[in-house]
Amino acid sequence: MKDQPNTTSAGGALALPVPALIANAWRNPGLLLTLGLMVVVGLWPVVTRQEALRETIFTIMLSVALASSLNIMLGYTGYINFGNVVFFGLGGYVGMYLLGTYGASLWVAMLAGGVASGLLALLLGKAILRLRGSYFALATLGVSEVMRTFIGNFSPFGGPTGISLNFRVFAAYGGAKQALWLTYYVLVGLALLVVGVSYLIKISKFGLGLMANREDEDAAEVMGVITPNAKTWAYIASAIVPGMVGALVFFRKTVIEPDPAFDLQSSIETLVTVMLGGRGTVLGPVLGAAGYQGLRGFLMTNPFFQNIQLSVAGVLLLLIVLFIPLGAVGWLRARFLRLRRLLP
Amino acid sequence: MILQARDVSKTFGGLQALSKVSFEVPQGQILGLIGPNGAGKTTLFNCLNGVYPPTEGRVTFRGQDITGKKPYDVARMGMARTHQIVRPLNELTVRENVMVGACYGHERHGLREAARIADEVLEFVGLGERADQLASSLNVAQKKRLEMARALGARPILLLLDEVLAGLNASEVGGMVETVRKIRDQGVTIIMIEHLMHALMNVSDYVIVLDYGRLIASGTPAEVTNDPKVIEAYLGDPKMAESLMEESREESGVRSQESEVGK
Repeated sequence: MKDQPNTTSAGGALALPVPALIANAWRNPGLLLTLGLMVVVGLWPVVTRQEALRETIFTIMLSVALASSLNIMLGYTGYINFGNVVFFGLGGYVGMYLLGTYGASLWVAMLAGGVASGLLALLLGKAILRLRGSYFALATLGVSEVMRTFIGNFSPFGGPTGISLNFRVFAAYGGAKQALWLTYYVLVGLALLVVGVSYLIKISKFGLGLMANREDEDAAEVMGVITPNAKTWAYIASAIVPGMVGALVFFRKTVIEPDPAFDLQSSIETLVTVMLGGRGTVLGPVLGAAGYQGLRGFLMTNPFFQNIQLSVAGVLLLLIVLFIPLGAVGWLRARFLRLRRLLP
Repeated sequence: MILQARDVSKTFGGLQALSKVSFEVPQGQILGLIGPNGAGKTTLFNCLNGVYPPTEGRVTFRGQDITGKKPYDVARMGMARTHQIVRPLNELTVRENVMVGACYGHERHGLREAARIADEVLEFVGLGERADQLASSLNVAQKKRLEMARALGARPILLLLDEVLAGLNASEVGGMVETVRKIRDQGVTIIMIEHLMHALMNVSDYVIVLDYGRLIASGTPAEVTNDPKVIEAYLGDPKMAESLMEESREESGVRSQESEVGK
């Protein structure tokens, strides 16, 4: 699971000595392959200048960013977050609010979205991280639904009609066409960032504490892991990028409404993506995203499955949990021990 | 005194699990904690290391009041413990299991140093070759050694051992007892819960006896084995009573031999 214990800690609560970790990360072939694969796939529509392909890859990269973030809570910490879309939606709303009401730049909007989601995770964490297992999962679900309803009635955020931006907002970025390309690059960048951070967490002392917590929370406490703090930091870390990405995605659409912003289906699909690819691995969410989005593309165009997509996701999740709980990458790592360095 | 417990009591709803238990442990001592099943020994450990707070009473560790402190705070002060039913971190390797102890114990090492300590400790308990295996792949006896290694990885000042000898055969018991002595020789204070009387009496400097949550006797191994209250407590369990009787006979026999040879 861990490639090699090869970093020293500067001490402190987080114990993430970033320069040392980054220096070591570069030596991992699996990480380089993963990032390289993402870069190649990300550049493919750029090189061919195909807009339809760009949109497809955009959806996959979005899924990678959300799944990798969720993996920090689900895979490393072992806490199942059924309401993970709440960070995406809140980030989107905060971003759109700043864009629409204050004419803020996209960068400010994204930053604000990330900060807002991080704060939500901090506050929420205080309330619900003390719950274990299914209770936590249900609580996150509850939070997501409450948020959807609340924002749907919150007039500064447009109530049930949401917020919409005038197309003029793209002018600052060179027009709509340019803006679509620009936001695509930013998303690919964020996806790469989150995968990199996911790896850094995994090889750090902080990550070790999280995984100890996942395996046996009480035993971890007895060994000295300050579980409430570790879980809170993990929760915040899993919220920031979805918040930023939310602002980005809805900027592109120029409109945000409560139901699409806090769509339960998105939470479930992100969950399936992580489980399919391999929870607790770095490559898993990436492959899971590609695999699931491919499946989804097929389902949406197939007349039989069109309307029962969510059921298919549900059945898939059930099958994964029953038969390959470690997911594709997890199964490969367990089966072919020598491939572990290539499959982070 | 490394540890002092004063009038520690614990109730669970209507059940009085511990009643005004008081004792002290000086530095470097091996304290044996015995009592029939259900006497409250593990409950006492749980109150000492913070798994749950005592309902009444105070616990002082290294001069500081730790009553009701969380397990991670107590661990960071230098107390480590093993569990009666082992709790390995299954999907982590054996080495990683011990590293958690080294990283989050009171010495708070970084990963590189923790890995080095882990390898040392694993050698010490005899799991050196299995360092890269997943914890879930070990058998029960190996998991028990892993449990001990994890506690040792934190380089504790006080080590609470909960039935480390359970399920071991005669020669393994001898080996483990030697290991416990070696740990004490490194300066670690130990409190051990044990049912194997001859082993416990052999290695302990001092013994305290619990029955129905009360401290009924304390003293040197010889004193305790001959204490009628202790024998009576175990009479409900005839095998225990017999081994205690045997123990007291052996003790007087062994001690006179040892004093002749010279320790």
